[in-house]
Amino acid sequence: MRLINRRPGRAGWTMLVILPFALLLFAYLAGSASRLAENPNDKLLPSAAQMADAVERMAFTPDKRSGDYLLWQDTASSLKRLGMGLGIAALAGLCLGIAAGTLPLFGAPLSPLLTVLSMVPPLAILPILFIVFGLGELAKVMLIVIGVTPVLARDLEQQARQIPQELLIKAQTLGANTWTLILRVVLPQLLPRLLIALRLVLGSAWLFLIASEAIASTDGLGYRIFLVRRYLAMDVILPYVIWITFLAWTMDLGLRQLTRLCFPWYEGAKA
Amino acid sequence: MSDMNSAAAARATLADRAACNPSFIEVKNVWQEYGDQVVLERLNLSVAEGEFCTLVGASGCGKSTFLRMLLGQERPSRGQILLDGQPLAHEPDASRGVVFQRYSVFPHLSVLNNVALGLELPRAPLLGRLFGGARREAREQARAILRKVGLGASLDKYPAQLSGGMQQRLAIAQALIMKPRVLLLDEPFGALDPGIRKDMHGLLLELWHETRLTVFMVTHDLSEGFTLGTRILVFDKPRHDPHAPGAFGARITYDIPLNEDRRAARAAVATLPAHLAGALNAAHQGA
Repeated sequence: MRLINRRPGRAGWTMLVILPFALLLFAYLAGSASRLAENPNDKLLPSAAQMADAVERMAFTPDKRSGDYLLWQDTASSLKRLGMGLGIAALAGLCLGIAAGTLPLFGAPLSPLLTVLSMVPPLAILPILFIVFGLGELAKVMLIVIGVTPVLARDLEQQARQIPQELLIKAQTLGANTWTLILRVVLPQLLPRLLIALRLVLGSAWLFLIASEAIASTDGLGYRIFLVRRYLAMDVILPYVIWITFLAWTMDLGLRQLTRLCFPWYEGAKA
Repeated sequence: MSDMNSAAAARATLADRAACNPSFIEVKNVWQEYGDQVVLERLNLSVAEGEFCTLVGASGCGKSTFLRMLLGQERPSRGQILLDGQPLAHEPDASRGVVFQRYSVFPHLSVLNNVALGLELPRAPLLGRLFGGARREAREQARAILRKVGLGASLDKYPAQLSGGMQQRLAIAQALIMKPRVLLLDEPFGALDPGIRKDMHGLLLELWHETRLTVFMVTHDLSEGFTLGTRILVFDKPRHDPHAPGAFGARITYDIPLNEDRRAARAAVATLPAHLAGALNAAHQGA
């Protein structure tokens, strides 16, 4: 049978999903064990037990200096920044995308501007943000907003353009004015698309968050990773990275479920 | 004397309207050109209220362009179109309903909300939504018209869950809830199976009998054009320059009255007092 026609069965599928993760884990544990056997003080590839110790220390023991549980506090402040940044960006992107995609008079000036703005590398203007907004929370949130908004706006603009002209005309024959047409026809059709676009920009949002936390912060997941780097504390860094990955994956999954839950018509309407 | 005169005049206008005001829609020397390309030229047409016009012709000869001009989606490059004596608005509005071949219904709204939307939008210019009693009443009206087109059992479904024929039934119900004076149909049954198409013809004629609708229907199916219409308009290019295919546009080359009996029956019903006509309609529905 040709390779293109061969499909794994149900059990086979599960096996194949787990396989690469298992291989990765095995390679790490084997490498770690062999290095530690050579030098028990090796810090580069800590063992599972060492990492469990570090997690215990960071997540379940109050910090000696501040009395806080560091992992949870870092998580809370990072998620707050990420949530605010993504929330503002989603709102701004939605407004800009709808305006540019449905109203030709707004699209003419906005569309080229968004294209150019989305080409500005956000990290390159991070110093400007720190100068303008100071080293506080605002600069970090703004970096996410500035980095993500043009991408969202351009995607939603495209999606708004792809709403069939027939539907916009039909709505007008049903007595819609421009505002109600946007409110009842364009907006509800773009909301599921916004959630999908958010899933796609989640990765870059995390990137901007960690970059800004690494440079100027006193807490947050990115701050902690870059702080303990000085002590080569791989036993802390690796669990933090896994935790961040898990958070990002959960958010992605959550957004996907939300799309299904809130917009049951969307899957069928694409066909 | 003057009283008698005005009474006679009133009767005359009534009779006039009943016999269908001969110039409900007046097309005066209309041209449509895109750059060098002439699509339609020198169209002159006068359509009475209540007429069922079918528009046929080869593809690309401007039937749909003409329909878009009637809809207000396109503006003629020369000439003008009058609706009830007034120049046509240059954007679509609630006076003209439309059903397209595809994309006529809103995928994000349930069947019921698709129709109720037409009642909500004109009355709620700020939110586009009605609440409380007004909302209940709108949904009740929507439910009634959906039952009439045979969608009473699918009120809560989304359009993607309906078959092609059901979607077009929905699109027709959606257009009719606005009580438009003109209904424009752009190959509405082009994508349907022959059997379903026949059902839709029955439904459309029934609805046309009950309302005072003026219908324009573009079709590429000649027999459909002949069976449904009370008037068939054939679009064709009478002149052709092989060196400049875009130099001459299409015109209406044949304009044939059809199905006289149906037209007469409808005109007769229209002259009856309202309560009688309603009873007749009910009887017709029952038949």
